[in-house]
Amino acid sequence: MTVGQPVADGQPVASGQPMIGARDLAVVFGGRVRAVDGVDLEVDAGEIVALVGESGCGKTTLARTLLGLEKPTAGTVLFEGKPLDYRRLKDFRRQVQLVLQDPLGALNPRHTVYDAVAEGLRIHKVPGDEQAQVSEALSQAGLRPPERFFLRYPHELSGGQRQRVVIAGALALKPRVLIADEPVSSLDASVRGEILGLLLRLRDELGLTVLVVTHDLGLAWNIADRVAVMYLGRIVEVGPTADVLQSPQHPYTQALLSVVPDIARTEQIVLTGEPPDPARIPTGCRFHPRCPVVLAECTSVVLPILGIEPGHRAACVRVT
Amino acid sequence: MSLLQEVAVGEPDPIRTPRVSGSTLRVVVSKVVRAIITLAFVVVFNFFLFRMLPGDPIGLYTRGRNQDAEQIAQLRRDLNKPLWEQFITYISNPFDPGIDSTRFSRPVWELIGERIWPTILLLGTAIVLASIIGIWLGIRAGWKPGGRFDKVSTGTTLTLYSMPEFWLGMMLLIVFGVGAFGIPGFFPVGGISTPGVDTSSPAGWLNVLWHLVLPCTTLLLIYLADYALVMRASLIDERKQEYLMLARAKGLRDAMVRKKHAVPNALLPTITLIFLSLGFVVTGAITVETVYSWPGLGLLTYEALRGPDIPLLQAVFLVFSIAVVGANLIAELLYIVIDPRVRQ
Repeated sequence: MTVGQPVADGQPVASGQPMIGARDLAVVFGGRVRAVDGVDLEVDAGEIVALVGESGCGKTTLARTLLGLEKPTAGTVLFEGKPLDYRRLKDFRRQVQLVLQDPLGALNPRHTVYDAVAEGLRIHKVPGDEQAQVSEALSQAGLRPPERFFLRYPHELSGGQRQRVVIAGALALKPRVLIADEPVSSLDASVRGEILGLLLRLRDELGLTVLVVTHDLGLAWNIADRVAVMYLGRIVEVGPTADVLQSPQHPYTQALLSVVPDIARTEQIVLTGEPPDPARIPTGCRFHPRCPVVLAECTSVVLPILGIEPGHRAACVRVT
Repeated sequence: MSLLQEVAVGEPDPIRTPRVSGSTLRVVVSKVVRAIITLAFVVVFNFFLFRMLPGDPIGLYTRGRNQDAEQIAQLRRDLNKPLWEQFITYISNPFDPGIDSTRFSRPVWELIGERIWPTILLLGTAIVLASIIGIWLGIRAGWKPGGRFDKVSTGTTLTLYSMPEFWLGMMLLIVFGVGAFGIPGFFPVGGISTPGVDTSSPAGWLNVLWHLVLPCTTLLLIYLADYALVMRASLIDERKQEYLMLARAKGLRDAMVRKKHAVPNALLPTITLIFLSLGFVVTGAITVETVYSWPGLGLLTYEALRGPDIPLLQAVFLVFSIAVVGANLIAELLYIVIDPRVRQ
């Protein structure tokens, strides 16, 4: 992986087969907090999609809903083109795996590495030699020789090793989709590249579909085929990584990009106004109270939800 | 009681051999050494503490005894020796069988040896029952905080927790011992057995058990509240852990998430608390034993204090300290076994 080059060069490696997605998805907490407020998203098999947004924008809730951990208030989660059946999640739980931000918190401190990786195999009663499967998963995650890690405890490992254990625990089940919620933001900068490289390698070698939730545009640039930018519960811009990050169309994406030190070629746009509150979503364009280039009609015009058609699109009156 | 089984039952595991490394051994040795140093300090402190008490120890000691002036003068000469000489006599054998209680006119260690068993019976039963029931309540309440079970259980345990044990003891004594509100006083009001009953026969054991009910219930209710609240709080903390979410995302059922991940980890603080309170098994609940005239160490302490019976108090203090330091040590060593993070 070369940092600074979009890996897929804007050309999705994806097969075009829809793997996991959302249609008109909404998740409302307590009747008024609209964490996810109308999202259409499609991740194709073998594709890496980055879901980008600042904290509180609903990206983690969206990820958890896609995982079936949260039930949508409205809309559907699609897996392989079929709506999710919440009474029969067992197989889905095997196919779709989660990688969390803080690997120390994601591992039971009193379970050994072996137990952590074997947990999924035991839950799903996967036939075959458990020890061989654990070894294979650890090797795939880059922990070699695997036997050396079997009896280690999480506190004895480095941050990067812990995240590899979490990834190995996911890989042991031979999943098709990996949903990674800020997979590297708790790690040292030197280890980040390694873990991102691992995710890319897994996609190439195992054909994994990956949805990466992140606030870090640099990360999206480095590994994603496509980027979806989320603001206040809705996707405001979506498209191939190079297009979205090199010629952003939504003022929010432009503002986000302008403050990334490596990318900034323009004047920094510092957003003012109230921080977004999912309990009080503004009328019209939800970004208008903070938009630096707001127009008169922005307060009233109702923007449609961005669909799943291919290409680069943004939800902004200036664009359409 | 299915919730309780999960406390003990672990996943059978082919890939787990106990790892005892050099560093683990070092931790154990350092903890044992620290406990011994603490005890040594206590033994020394114990000597000076009782030298600072006001009053005339010889007067107390010889009260009611048939001793002539010469013998009393001899005792006074011993106490008029320099402090360091007395200290050497004391430190050479703090467990000297020749030390007599002033109140009972019997060797103090013989008295303690007699009184320690009723206390262990009373406190041991109470703590074992309280930990089983308390942990069970804590798990049920803490797994669904704010639920109906939690509201009732936490309300009750908080009420019990804030009750003084002597007051609760007297209430139970009045209602179930003496009889009140139309409830006949079924249980005995004090003592460990009915006078004249041979406690070595099966009928005698039943008699002791019958005497045990009220004091044990009092202590049980107080300890249970403590354990249940701690267990509930640590389980509520544990529920926020991300590895629970990860286990759920992998398809682990809720009951298994609780059993495999949440409860074993939430048990750690509760186990510490239980072992710390084990130290008080020997200390005895002074108030409860006094309320129920239970002939244990607690009642002995109360009787020694009224004297004051200085030789007996000194010995009792020593026993209490050994018990508390010992229980602390056991709790720390147990932690090494159950929490891998402590092993280094």
